[in-house]
Formats: sequence, structure tokens, C-alpha cells
Amino acid sequence: MKTAALQKRHWHHCRKQTIIKKIDMKIINLILLAIKALQRNKLRALLTMLGIIIGVASVITMMSIGEGSKQSINNSLSSMGSNMITIMPQSNEPGGARIMGSSFKTLTIKDVEALKKNAPHIAMISPLASSSGQSINAGANWPTTIQGVSPEYLEIRKLSVKDGIIFSDQDVKSSAKVCLLGKTVVDNLFPGGESPLGKVIRFGKIPLQVIGVLTPKGTSNFGQDQDDIIIAPYTTIQKRVLSSIYFSQIYASATKEDDSDAAVDEATVALKATHKIREGQENDFQIRTQAELMTMLNSTSSMMTALLTAVASISLVIGGIGIMNIMYVSVTERTREIGLRMSIGARGIDILLQFLIEAVMISVTGGVIGVVLGISAAIIIPAMLNWPTVISESSIVISFLVCAVTGIFFGYYPAMKASGLDPIEALRYE
Amino acid sequence: MSSKILEIKDVKREFIMGTETVRALKGVSFDVNAGEFVTIMGSSGSGKTTLLNMLGCLDKPTEGTYMLDNVNVKELSKDELAKLRNTKIGFVFQAYNLLPRTTALENVELPLLYNPLISSQERRDRAIAALQAVKLDGRFDHTPNQLSGGQQQRVAIARALVNEPVMILADEATGNLDTRTSYEIMSLMQELNGNGKTIVFVTHEPDIAGFSTRTVMLRDGKVQKDTQNENRRSAKEALASLPETDDY
Repeated sequence: MKTAALQKRHWHHCRKQTIIKKIDMKIINLILLAIKALQRNKLRALLTMLGIIIGVASVITMMSIGEGSKQSINNSLSSMGSNMITIMPQSNEPGGARIMGSSFKTLTIKDVEALKKNAPHIAMISPLASSSGQSINAGANWPTTIQGVSPEYLEIRKLSVKDGIIFSDQDVKSSAKVCLLGKTVVDNLFPGGESPLGKVIRFGKIPLQVIGVLTPKGTSNFGQDQDDIIIAPYTTIQKRVLSSIYFSQIYASATKEDDSDAAVDEATVALKATHKIREGQENDFQIRTQAELMTMLNSTSSMMTALLTAVASISLVIGGIGIMNIMYVSVTERTREIGLRMSIGARGIDILLQFLIEAVMISVTGGVIGVVLGISAAIIIPAMLNWPTVISESSIVISFLVCAVTGIFFGYYPAMKASGLDPIEALRYE
Repeated sequence: MSSKILEIKDVKREFIMGTETVRALKGVSFDVNAGEFVTIMGSSGSGKTTLLNMLGCLDKPTEGTYMLDNVNVKELSKDELAKLRNTKIGFVFQAYNLLPRTTALENVELPLLYNPLISSQERRDRAIAALQAVKLDGRFDHTPNQLSGGQQQRVAIARALVNEPVMILADEATGNLDTRTSYEIMSLMQELNGNGKTIVFVTHEPDIAGFSTRTVMLRDGKVQKDTQNENRRSAKEALASLPETDDY
């Protein structure tokens, strides 16, 4: 009896000493074991992985499409000038039909002057009076939009002149018949390729001399051709084309991007004064900053991304259930093996880990394949569909972690079942 | 000097099936000394299987003591029992219980995989040595379905030997084999016993029992007879006396 107790104590002692070594060796053995077990059923393992592969690949693809569109929106908005402020007219009549803002006639040159004087955080300002119509040069003609602005407009909108010059303040004062052409207009009015500089074109009935050509900007994010414009002094448009003293918009830029809010506040106060808006009365104008627009568009695109990702995540869960299903089948199928392993010395934890690691191996291998497919898709999609994509590291890390957790979560119950088997019954299982 | 490997004292095992209590073992006592080759016999329902599970540390007695190599099995936890099985017992089953689609060598290595003190190199060396001991040289890479029944059982015996147990516990190890192959296996067992291995062999064939040194006969949950075999047969001679293999 005494010897037995001694031996037992000695045994415990040995166990403590080797516990670290034990864990290391066991894990390596178990991983090798899991690889062997999966190799025995290659096709089944692959089919089980499929759910995870599709799930991970689609999460990564969706997130990179979402991230890509977000970035391209941001890029195009900041290319318009990130400290830009737009002032638009709006109805302040309560009730009644609401109509397009630009058709209200509230903004005049008085507002522009008031803003110049009373809003120190506004660096540059330009009114906009625009009109649509036919532009004509000899035999060629083209329907386009003419924008009547001040010279600052180009800088506010981050436009530049490729050939020629910008009209001067003197041209504005004298309502000079000069204009700048966008590339699309040039291409259509001068199909022969000759230089338009110095030539006289007509917009409707008004002859305008071309003094400059704008640097091409390409298509905007919203599918608008930004080169399909003619720019002229606002006085020319107001007097000679529209016969109106009103502007459809006023563009301004804050001294700094951070000053946008201060500039908006100053502009609001100044315009309220010139428009004689009383306390409690609704404004007959509306002021928007580029930052606001950016947030608005981004929130839409974020929501779409979240939605798509949620849908893709569902397939990850379904993949996890697939793993659980196959692991249950595998445990039942290998009941005798489990009995044998137990009879030759496997502890419950050994069996549990064996099956758990097998499940995690399936999900992690599936995850790796999914990541590779997802990245490939994110690279191929811009080439095929012309959608911008940006591969975000976070999406890779997150989806990979999720699938490892999926493996543990869905592999745990079958593994528990396996480790809880009675070796006597398992050995005799038919 | 003969040391005691097994000490079984008044072992009882009861199962509760619903409201009834089934008493499978009703007080079994016997000892096994090192180097003995004991067969345990009995008809079905005699408690043979229950005793075997007990001896194999897969089950614990309800009452009484079971000492295996001076360790009281009844006091051990589940994990400690697993360790005991891993280091002190070599199992040989009727249905071989080899892992399918796994080579002979890997099958033999299996028990050592659960012993963290053994390196992979040592594991391999010992598995090769064990396979050589059962005369399966050159079949290391064969999977069970590429081996005959007798060969599979020899792989299983190698697996039982590889952890150098104090006792080999065989459960109807010749039950699935023909007479000639049975004798071959018994011849191997006798050889191992001759080299000092303690063997406990459960069977219901009196023919097989004749090869052992001692027979414990169970009946109705009790030891009916415990006799030393006076005229022990040699399996090698029995094999030689069998008619020549029929060629057809």
C-alpha cells in the first residue's frame, strides 16, 4: 500500500516537470495527425472548406469594392477642392411645391460683395450664372453648358488653363465677349484638330472669342463629363445671354479646410443681413461645404459596404455549419478509432484536441484559400468591370480571424462528443 | 523471485440497468506473477468481458482492489488511467483495430504518440524494432488492407509491445483467424512469454488455453477453477504437426 502511494506521488512529480514539454510535443503531433486525417479524405475536406472559401473570398472582395468606391469618391471630391463652399438659393415659403433650388432668384452681386466684405474666413469667391445652349463654330455645333463666373472660380474648383489665358477682372467689368473651352467642346467644335485660340465661336447668338483651353478633368464620379463646359465672365452671361441679375449659385473657398465651419457661419450672418431674414424665419439660401458632401456620400457607401459584407458573412456561418456537420460524421465514422486511441493511452483532452485541430485546420486552410481568391478577385475586378477596389488589410485579418474562430466554435461540439465517448463502448462500436 | 504484476482481491462489478442491478463480477480474486502466461476462460455471460475491461484499466471495480504493478487502479482519475494504459498495458484485440489507410509503422507508433517523453526518432526506432520482433520486416509501409489477417494481428501485437508494457492483454486475439494462423500467433506469444513478457489471454477456446502456463476459469461472475497447466503444448510443434498446406 505504502509503495503504491509513493509511486503515485513520484508520478505526479514527473508530470509536473514535463508539462511544458508535453504540451509542445503534443500540439505538433496533433497537427501532423490532423493533416494525415484530412489527407485521407481529400475531396471531403475540400468540399467542407468550400463554404469557408466562398465566405472569406466574398467578404474580402465586398470590402475591397466598398473601400475602393469610398476612396474614389473622396479623391474626386477633394479634386474639386476640399475647402469649397457652395451657396444655393432655396425657397423659404412654408408649404407649397418645392422646386429646384437654382430656379429661385435670391442671389445677386450684392450678396457676393457682402460676403467679400463681412466673411474674413472666405478667401475666394465667385458667383455662377449658367445657361445651356448650342455652341457653334463654322459647320460644327455642340450642345453644352456655359458658366458665367469670376476669374477666382478656376482656383476654387481646382481648374486650370492648359493653353492661353484666363479672362481678367477688367473683362468682367466690361462684359467682354471672351471664353475658355473644355476639352470636349474643343473636340466637337474643332474636329480638324486646329488650335481654337483666338478663334471666335458662337454660343447661341453671342459671338465669343476663345482665349484659353482648360486642362482636361475627365469624368466625375457621378458619370458627368467635367470637360463639357464653356467658361466666360459672369457679367457677359448675365447681360448678354440670360438678361438676369440673379445667380444660380455662389462658390467660395475657406481660407483653410478647418475654417470651413467658421466661413459658413460668417456667410450665413452676412446673407441673412442682406436678405433681411428675420429671427425665426427660414433662410432663402442654403450653404454646403465639401466636407458635408463627403460625409454624406461616404455614409451611403459605408452602408452599402456593411450590407454586402453582412450578406457575405452569412456564407461564412453556413461554411462553419458545414464543418460542424462533417466533423459529426467523422466522429461517428471513427468511433472505433477513438476507442482504440483511448485504450492505448489517449486522454479525453487528446481526443478533443485532435478533432478540434482538425476542424480548425479545415477552416484555416479554407480561410487561406479564400484570402488568396478574395485578393485575386479584388485585383481582377478593376480590370474587368472598371470598378475601383482597394484591398484593406483589416478585411483580411478580420475574415481570417473569423474563420479560425468559426473552426473552433463549430468544431468544439463534435470534438466534445468524441472526447466524451466511453472507450469500452467505442471499441465495440459497429 | 516472482513479483506480482496483478493483484485482484475480491473484485465486484455491478451495473445499474434501469431499476435492476446486474452483478457481472461477484468477488473475483487471483494474482498474476511476472512472466506468467495466463488464459482466462469462460462461456459468454461469465463476466469475462467485464473482467477484461477491468484488467485493461478501461473500467474500475465497484468493490475490491485491483493492483496493477503496485498501483491501485481504483484511486486513479480518468487521465491517470489513460496514462496507465499507455505505459503498462499492451492491448491486442480480436478485430485487430488497426487504423485504416495508415501504414503498419504508423500504427505501431501510435501508443508512443501519447507518451510525450519519447522523441519522434525514438518512436520510429522502437516501432521498427517491435515490427521486427513480430517478424514483419519489409512490410513497414503496408496498410492494413494490404496485409493478411495474421499479419494484421502481428502488427497489432507489435503495437502492444512498442511501449514495453508490464503485461500484454489479449482479447480473443485468435478469434478471427484460421487454425494455422492462430497457431502462428500463439507461437509468437509463447516466444514473447519465453523472453519474459507477462501475458493475459482471454479466450473461449480450450485448444488455445493449452498453450498457456495457467488457466483461470470464470463462471457466473466467480472464479470456478484456477489451474497450472501441467502438460503445456508448444505452439511451434502444434504448427509443425498440422497437415501440409492444401494446394488447390
